[in-house]
Amino acid sequence: MSEIRFISGDEAFAQGVRLAKPQVISAYPITPQTIVVERLADMVEDGSLNSEFVHVESEHSAMMTAMGASAMGARVFTATSSQGLLYMAECLTYVSGGRFPIVMMNANRATALPWSIYGDHRDSLSQLDSGWIQIYVEDAQESLDMALEAYRLAESENVRLPVMINLDGFILTHTYEAVEIPSEEDVRDFLKPRETWDKLDFDNPVSMAFTVGPELNEEFNLLHHKAALAAIDELDRIDKEYAELTGRSYGGSVNGYLTEDADYILITLGSISGLVRDTVDELRAEGIKAGVVKIRMIRPFPTDELLKHLENVIAVGTLERDISFGYEGTVYTNVNSALHKGRNFADSYDFIGGIGGRDISKEIIRECFEAMINKETDRLVRFVGLEVEDDVR
Amino acid sequence: MSDRINARNISDSEFFYGHKACAGCGGSLAVRIALKVLGERTLLVEPAGCMSAVSFNYPQMSFANNAIISAFAGTAAVMTGLKVGAEAMGLKDYHVLGIAGDGGTADIGIQALSGLIDRNDDAIYICYDNEAYMNTGIQKSGLTPFGATTTTTPAGSRVKGNLRPKKNLFEIVAAHGIPYAATASVGYIEDFANKVKRASEVKGTSFIHVLAPCPTGWGVDTSETVDIAREIVDTGLWYLAEYYDGEFHLNMKPKALEGVSHYIKRQKRFKHLSDEDINTIIRERDKTWERIAKFGN
Repeated sequence: MSEIRFISGDEAFAQGVRLAKPQVISAYPITPQTIVVERLADMVEDGSLNSEFVHVESEHSAMMTAMGASAMGARVFTATSSQGLLYMAECLTYVSGGRFPIVMMNANRATALPWSIYGDHRDSLSQLDSGWIQIYVEDAQESLDMALEAYRLAESENVRLPVMINLDGFILTHTYEAVEIPSEEDVRDFLKPRETWDKLDFDNPVSMAFTVGPELNEEFNLLHHKAALAAIDELDRIDKEYAELTGRSYGGSVNGYLTEDADYILITLGSISGLVRDTVDELRAEGIKAGVVKIRMIRPFPTDELLKHLENVIAVGTLERDISFGYEGTVYTNVNSALHKGRNFADSYDFIGGIGGRDISKEIIRECFEAMINKETDRLVRFVGLEVEDDVR
Repeated sequence: MSDRINARNISDSEFFYGHKACAGCGGSLAVRIALKVLGERTLLVEPAGCMSAVSFNYPQMSFANNAIISAFAGTAAVMTGLKVGAEAMGLKDYHVLGIAGDGGTADIGIQALSGLIDRNDDAIYICYDNEAYMNTGIQKSGLTPFGATTTTTPAGSRVKGNLRPKKNLFEIVAAHGIPYAATASVGYIEDFANKVKRASEVKGTSFIHVLAPCPTGWGVDTSETVDIAREIVDTGLWYLAEYYDGEFHLNMKPKALEGVSHYIKRQKRFKHLSDEDINTIIRERDKTWERIAKFGN
C-alpha cells in the first residue's frame, strides 16, 4: 500500500533511494543536496534502510568510493551539486568508461564565479561529455519515481552506465509537495537486487579500469556510445512498466504537451516545464497554437523522439538555464543539431534565463512565445528576464 | 603472533608477473613481495602511476588477483569502496590493498589517505617511494629529497636541484592515531614482508612507507637497487620504524651512521652536490635522529 506524504524534492528522492535499497551510500555535503543524504543517514540509523553510509572527505572520494563498491557488485548511491560535481569531474569518466551503474542525484546549482548557491543548469550541462546518462525531473513525485527507474536503467544489461538525475536546486529540492510513496512490496518486482557478472570476483579474478592503447581505444568508446544510445528505448520500456505498476508515466526521453498541431513550441528542462504548460494553456485560450517539449533525458540525446514533436512547427524556442560563454546555450546547440539532422528548417531561438536562481515568470515565458510569433530572427540567441538591456547583437 | 616470513617460508606463488616495469624497479619488487605475503584473496587498487602503467595494458593484465585502477588522487577512496562493497556482498577472508607512489600518496592522494585513516577502514595502504614522479619523467614530488635534480628541479649554476626536504609522511600518518604504520625499504625485504604481514593482522587501517629506488630516476645501475636501498638505511638517511598502540618504535639503529658521501656520490641525481651540500644533508639527518632517538625500540 502506498502512502501520500507532504515532502520536499530532496526528501522524495531520498524515499525513492530507500526503495531502491542501495547497499552503499557515499556522499559529501553541499547545499542544496544535503537533505537527501541527511534523510538517508536517518533511514540507515533507524533501520529502514540497510545500507553502509560512508563519510568521505570530498566529492572526489565520494565518487571513487562509489566506484570501488560498484566494482564489488554492490548497488551504490551518491549525490552532489555544482562545485561538488565539478570537483568529482575526473571520476565521472572513470565511472562511465568503466561501466559502473552508479546512480547520482545532482541538485542543480550555479557554478562559481560569481558565487551562488541558487539554481541553474550550468553544473550538469558542463558534464554532458562525461559519458553519463543525464535526466532532468520536474517535480517531487517524478524525483521519487526516477530514483527507482534510474537504477533499472543503469543496471540494464544493454546499458550498464551511470545515471545522473538532476533536480533544480531549491525550486525543486526544497519545495514541498504531496508525494505518493510506493510500499516496498509495490516495487519489489520492478527493481530486484543488483546481479552482475561484471565485478571483482575471487572465483574469477579480473583487472578492471585498465589502459587501452590507440589500437583498440576507439572501439571501447564505440561500445560506450552504443550502450548510451540504448538507454533511449530502455527508458521508454521502463517508463511503461512503471506506469503499469503505479499509473504514472513520464513519456520516456521527451515529454510533449499539445505539440501535435502546435505552431510554436518551447523546449524546456526540469522544473520550469509546469509553468510553461500553464502559459501554453493561456495562449491556446487566446487562439495561439503553442506547445511544450520537456527534454527529460539529454544524454543520450533523443534526436528522433524530439523531432517527432517538431514536425509541423513554424518556430521552436529553447528555454534554458545555461550559457556557454561566447557561444549560446548548450541545450540550443543540441536542439539545432537535431533539427538539422531532421532537415527541419523551422526558426530556432535560444532563450537564456533563470541563471543563478533568477526567477522565470509567466511574463518571461510569454515574451519567448511573442519573439517566435513576431519572427524576431535578428536576435535568435538572447538573455531573458534581465535587469539590464541585452545589447548583444 | 605467527611466525616471521623469511626467504625459506615465503609463498612460491606469484601474483605480479609479465609486467612492463623497468629492469631494477624497486616499486615492482615491493608490489610482488606484498602480494606474495597477502595472497590471492587480495583486492588491489593502484592509481595512475608507474605500477598501473606497467600492469594494466589491455589485453595483457599482470595481476593474478583482483585489481583495479583509481583516479590519481583516489587510491584510498577506492580502497574504502572495495571494503564496504565486499562487506555488502557478504565476502569473508580477504585483504584490501592500495599501492601508490610517493606523489600519489604524499601529494595528490594525501586527502583521500587522511579520509581512509579517519574512517579506520580495514585496509592496507602501501606507499612505494622512489622519490619523484618517475612515470611522467622524473618530476619533483613532496618526497623528493633535498639536493636531488629532477626535470622540474634541474640542478644548474643558480639552483642546486630540489631545495626542500622530504615531507615527514610517516609521522603525518601516525598523527591520525592510525592502528599501524611503518617505514621500510626494499633493501631490507624480510623486514618489509613482515611489516606487510603485521599490517594484514591489524584491524583497521594500516600504512607502510617503503623506500623503493628507481635506477632510471636516481641514476644508478639496474643491479644496484637492493644494495642502495640498504645503504640509505645504513647511512641513517632513511630509517626502519613502526607506530602502533599510539607509540613509535625504532626497528634498527645502524652501528655507525656513516657513508653518506658514498651514498650521495654514486647517484647521478646528486652528482652536482658539493661537500658542503653533503654536510648539510648530514646535519639534517642528525636532527632527524635526535628526534627519532626518542622512539622506543
